Amino acid sequence: MTSQPTRRELYERARRRRSAVIATVSTIVVVGALVILVPMTPGWDRVRQAFFDGDVFVESFPRLLRAFWLDVKILVWSTPLIVVVSLVLALARNTRSPALFPVRAFAIVYIDVLRGIPVILLVFLIGFGVPALRLSDSRAWANPLIWGTVTLVLSYSAYTAEIIRAGIDSVHESQRAAARSLGMTNRQTMATVILPQAFRRIGPPMMNTFVSLQKDVALVSLIGPVEILRQAGIDKAKYANFTPYVAASLIFLALTIPCTRLADYAMARQRQRTGATTIA
Amino acid sequence: MSEMTDRALPNSERRLKLQLRGVMKAFGTTAVLDGIDLDVAEGDVITLIGASGSGKSTLLRCINLLEPVDDGQVLLDGVDIAEPGLDPDPVRRRIGMVFQSFNLFPHMSVTDNVAIGPRKVLGVPKATARANGLEMLTRLGLADRADAYPDQLSGGQQQRVAIARSLTMNPDVMLLDEITSALDPELVGEVLDVVRGLKRDGMTMLIATHEMAFAREISDRVCFLHRGRILEEGTPTEIFGAPREPRTQEFLQRVIDAGRF
Repeated sequence: MTSQPTRRELYERARRRRSAVIATVSTIVVVGALVILVPMTPGWDRVRQAFFDGDVFVESFPRLLRAFWLDVKILVWSTPLIVVVSLVLALARNTRSPALFPVRAFAIVYIDVLRGIPVILLVFLIGFGVPALRLSDSRAWANPLIWGTVTLVLSYSAYTAEIIRAGIDSVHESQRAAARSLGMTNRQTMATVILPQAFRRIGPPMMNTFVSLQKDVALVSLIGPVEILRQAGIDKAKYANFTPYVAASLIFLALTIPCTRLADYAMARQRQRTGATTIA
Repeated sequence: MSEMTDRALPNSERRLKLQLRGVMKAFGTTAVLDGIDLDVAEGDVITLIGASGSGKSTLLRCINLLEPVDDGQVLLDGVDIAEPGLDPDPVRRRIGMVFQSFNLFPHMSVTDNVAIGPRKVLGVPKATARANGLEMLTRLGLADRADAYPDQLSGGQQQRVAIARSLTMNPDVMLLDEITSALDPELVGEVLDVVRGLKRDGMTMLIATHEMAFAREISDRVCFLHRGRILEEGTPTEIFGAPREPRTQEFLQRVIDAGRF
């Protein structure tokens, strides 16, 4: 009796087999069509030469990778700063104390303005504008790397603040009541009960923003620093070929795809740990 | 204030823990509490019964200062805690509250749920707080679930953890707000057993409930609330045996008709 499959098992087995066949056939058809049809386009030969030149790729790749190190450094610097600034902004926006009204008003204006301006414009405005104020003669003051990073922090913390605020608001009021009824202060409630739950919930949108940031780091190149996008531009001019851009794209993907997968995995584990069941 | 205490003294030889004097609370233009007077002596178990919206939950929330009282006094050991502008945190420390929907912290293990109050509010070191918490959980028969997370527990277990969380703060008074209303019928018993244990230990309790049989069994006094007033107050025998007010009779009849008593 034990080896006898149930009616349900038989049905699911048949369905799985059917799904596998359909998936295989449709993949072959689509990939086959691409492989056959794309090379048939009139411009394909020129595109292949201009974008997929093996020699250019091999020569350019190590240089791009070295330049990418600068992107990584900007990213590593700006990420924690963004988290801190956006958390302060989110808390400031939610504050109810009348004494802190100016802080709240500032946070609202800050978020509205900085979310409303394209990052690329901010890079120009801050990257060229602030050093031109000549508030200091030190070399650091004129360093575009610093102002590029500052721009990213300013812009992204406005977005992230709104995500954090939504996370805070999504924690049910009854959690606050439970914490306060134990005698916790407002601040203790926020730190030990509300924020930990908020941060768990905003994992996906935060990760989304982080991936976005990984790419927008390249915008810093507009005000000078030779990071990967600028290096790709230099190499493009040198070889009169677009392959370095393709190589740069691959390098970005090598960072962004594992990041999203890692976040998915972490989130799934979190659910498994604290939740009783998941619906298939 | 002393005048208040003096007036109340003949009522009971025990010390008065909590006195409500003309407590008023409105949401917008709707009066939810319309002049509540109530004396609670140390060790008293008082149940609040009445239809939904009669003000039971609001009354408990006002005592715990989760809702600000509009007018009137709430005296805890003779000190008015309903005074506007008073810092509520030290007061809440002394008043335990258990909610209908448990409200456990889902991101903490059961032990951490129980230990977090003493750790954060009373400054008890983490190891001590966890050890005390585990002791409390053992008392309530939850030792084997100490490392679980709230979502992994049954409703009855969650509510017992919530009671344990309040008890570790060593409160003077416990407020129980319909703590069995969200439970499956077969899980109600284990939670009520815990409340019976608290009564044996002499805990002062105010209980809002729809469990009439339980109210009759455990109460020293029963208050029937109607439209934000205590319409009738008496011993369980008086209220359930021979209610004087027509409204009380009507309410109890409805409960009986619904097969809930």
